Amino acid sequence: MLKVVVVGNGMVGHHYVEQLVASAIEAQITVIGGETRPAYDRVHLSEYFAGRTPEELALTTREHYVDIGVDAHFGDSVAQIDRDSKTVITENGLRFCYDKLVLATGSYPFVPPVPGNDQDPCVVYRTIDDLGNIKAQANGAKIGVVVGGGLLGLEAANAVQNLGLETHVVEFAPGLMGVQLDVGGSGMLRRKIEALGVQVHTSKATEVIEASDDGDSRVLMKFADGGSLATDMIVFSAGIRPYDQLARESGLKVGERGGIEIDYHCKTSDSDIFAIGECALFGGRIFGLVAPGYRMAEAAVSQLTDNKQSFQGADMSTKLKLLGVDVGSIGDAHGREEGSIAYTFSDERIEVYKRLIVSADGKKLLGAVLVGDCSDYDTLLQYFLNGIDLPADPETLILPYNAGDAPALGAAALPASATICSCHNVSKGDIIDALDSGFYALGDIKFETKASTGCGGCAALLKNIVDDEMAARGLEVDKSLCEHFAYTRQELFHLIKVEGIKTFDELLEKQGRGRGCDICKPAAGSIFASLWNDYVLEEKHVGLQDTNDNFLANMQKNGTYSVVPRVAGGEITPDKLIVLGEVAKKYNLYTKITGGQRIDLFGARVQHLPAIWKELVEAGFETGHAYGKALRTVKSCVGSTWCRYGVQDSVAMALYIENRYKGLRSPHKLKSAVSGCTRECAEAQSKDFGVIATENGWNLFVGGNGGMKPRHGDLFATDLDDETLIKYIDRFLMFYVRTADRLQRTSVWMDNLEGGLEYLQQVVIEDSLSIAAELEEQMNNVVGTYQCEWKTTIENPERMKRFVQFVNADEEDDQIVFVQERGQPRPATEEERIKLLEEIV
Amino acid sequence: MSQVTIICEQKDLVANSGICAKVDGQQIALFYLPKETPQVYAIGNWDPIGKAHVLSRGMVGDINERLVVASPLYKQHFDLHTGECLEDSEYSVPVYRVELTADKVLLTL
Repeated sequence: MLKVVVVGNGMVGHHYVEQLVASAIEAQITVIGGETRPAYDRVHLSEYFAGRTPEELALTTREHYVDIGVDAHFGDSVAQIDRDSKTVITENGLRFCYDKLVLATGSYPFVPPVPGNDQDPCVVYRTIDDLGNIKAQANGAKIGVVVGGGLLGLEAANAVQNLGLETHVVEFAPGLMGVQLDVGGSGMLRRKIEALGVQVHTSKATEVIEASDDGDSRVLMKFADGGSLATDMIVFSAGIRPYDQLARESGLKVGERGGIEIDYHCKTSDSDIFAIGECALFGGRIFGLVAPGYRMAEAAVSQLTDNKQSFQGADMSTKLKLLGVDVGSIGDAHGREEGSIAYTFSDERIEVYKRLIVSADGKKLLGAVLVGDCSDYDTLLQYFLNGIDLPADPETLILPYNAGDAPALGAAALPASATICSCHNVSKGDIIDALDSGFYALGDIKFETKASTGCGGCAALLKNIVDDEMAARGLEVDKSLCEHFAYTRQELFHLIKVEGIKTFDELLEKQGRGRGCDICKPAAGSIFASLWNDYVLEEKHVGLQDTNDNFLANMQKNGTYSVVPRVAGGEITPDKLIVLGEVAKKYNLYTKITGGQRIDLFGARVQHLPAIWKELVEAGFETGHAYGKALRTVKSCVGSTWCRYGVQDSVAMALYIENRYKGLRSPHKLKSAVSGCTRECAEAQSKDFGVIATENGWNLFVGGNGGMKPRHGDLFATDLDDETLIKYIDRFLMFYVRTADRLQRTSVWMDNLEGGLEYLQQVVIEDSLSIAAELEEQMNNVVGTYQCEWKTTIENPERMKRFVQFVNADEEDDQIVFVQERGQPRPATEEERIKLLEEIV
Repeated sequence: MSQVTIICEQKDLVANSGICAKVDGQQIALFYLPKETPQVYAIGNWDPIGKAHVLSRGMVGDINERLVVASPLYKQHFDLHTGECLEDSEYSVPVYRVELTADKVLLTL
């Protein structure tokens, strides 16, 4: 088998391993990573200071590598490559033979050679361990200085500000982000970040860093212009240098200013050795962004197959948020091309700067700079990447006054090769392929192609393309609930609410046709319950409920039911456990612990349900709504009460949440969990809404689910106090209940919202639709009118008449047959059943 | 020879829903739809696809204007007039003559 050794386990090295494993190549893969932890997301490193843990930043785990058959070694570096014997030797003396060697060693932060730069308060910003150092140095510090005003420097400044320090940025060049921005854009960026409290010092060359003797700060930076700055911490983030030492010592060709030289196939001067990512030099350039690194990894993997792809360089256009400021840079931002024409728009009141660089003939876009407003970025990038002809007046693309009539870039104008999602390298052609395969819903297309599931920046463009293609095909997505209602669930919800409709007959008469069916009836029943919260077995609602809702239990394959009492938060007293055991024995029920920390009692006959529930209700149990599209369980770990690691009382919070939302009817079942620390034992990230304790409060995740298509929730808000947490959950849930489609889980619902997570945050946190108060009020109404449906049912003789086996005979259904297995009953198989029934006869 | 049985009274039925009766050892699903003509329907309770006696606990409605009950197990629809399965014509359930006379439900086997 082909032996492949990958040196380095950063984002690009990890991507290479993933691509190789996913390919058809049979390879024995060895990974050697210098850091003690497997690959993590370096792009979002500064979120560490906003509450994201190393576990949340991780891209993989040691266990995962074991699972996929990769032999991985962490905390050990390669010391030597013996190219003659094709062997690598690590610092710890391990030796690995290779057929193909991949160098993904990455880069290290450049620290200017200033005397005194080796003192304790001087740190760098590159790895998770570096973040630990920064945190340690920030302890007791008041002032933090970042050396470097580029992209990485401003990222570091964000981290320093998040730590609560007075933040300074010291830059050698005359402006910030000199590579990506022109003078005007750089000036606007400075103005904006200064307004955020970051002090910027440009054209400053640091000559020496001395220990401070004023007793107040730790060190003193002295500049060439005679000035000085006292500080407690200095973070060097002034660019990167490729880690090419190993290649250099092995005699591989490296660039004059560093970097392992590679060709179109990502091969180094030794054709059995590849180099990818930030350690590689292609066409005299180092590509310091993750996307080009990924493309290199993919090209390098393809060299081992028959379908060889080449790496052709990469576009370095970028859009990002630095210290909360939107910044975008496309192509030739400085207008270096001869004869190029520039259009500039600057508004100092709203602090927005935009600039276009256009070819001499005015037809093509060569570059752009955007500061303070990146809404035009996607459109401009498409003009740039695809060489689309500009409109006659290119300035209309950036002028705000004509926003209404700015020539929108029609999706039809884009060639099939146009890259729409650069995070996942999805082209317009890929999206058309998905449509051709019959995926018409935006959520399905996102799932199939992965488009717009990375940074989400292309969401609007993706929607335009889908709408445009659908129109071109003369297709319209029919979102009618069923043949009886030409409305979506959301529209129906709105109609029922506005018109105050209380019964299905009334709804059918006013808005529908026919008699209804098993699709629209439960949907309407669920909306009635969400809005008016009536007892679900009211005479007028009976016909609307699925059998599970009707009999307040879950029908199993043999026609019997399962009974699931609520065990909020998974906490249960010994007395209640005994009751469950006694009831199960008495009615010959099969018992099993559920994934949601409850106990499921199976095999109850319909006529026994009321008696079973009478005993359960008397013992203090309530219905668990396992039969309904409703809140199911809120799972919890034991939290700070018992656990040595817990930082908050997760059980108390889970109990509160479960008791608050129990009985809430929703478009799909809802699950939740609360973990007492970031070890996340309650698996809150796999729930529709999950809560994870932090030292300062709670982090809220939304949109996770298990099941057929598992998905981790997205971090929604951090470090919330109890009250804010509940407020956000109230709004989130009620907004979902109001606007989701029938049987649409929170994840798909969120993906289908235009603007996705960010939009949801605006609605819930910033109240952008001014409906927060209404959502909370509606939730309070549901919470206030809660009743245990089983308690209500057994107290009402009229309701009990449904719970009979035969209307005309007081006997058991002798067709239901059980057999014993592992000491419990289970339904007989069809064969067993026929045989056993014959024996009786 | 056909045999007529009084199964129950009208007040034992649940409007717009089903209930189960046992006649001559056979399980029968009875549906009471007050707005339809006739108002009562009777089919076999055995779901030939889900293989259990459950059809009386299904939901009623119409599909393409055919009056149907949906199996509570796997949601196939059975025509209340003919017993035919809409999703798969291989399957069907027996249909029985039933009428509502003077508050009594009469079934003919």
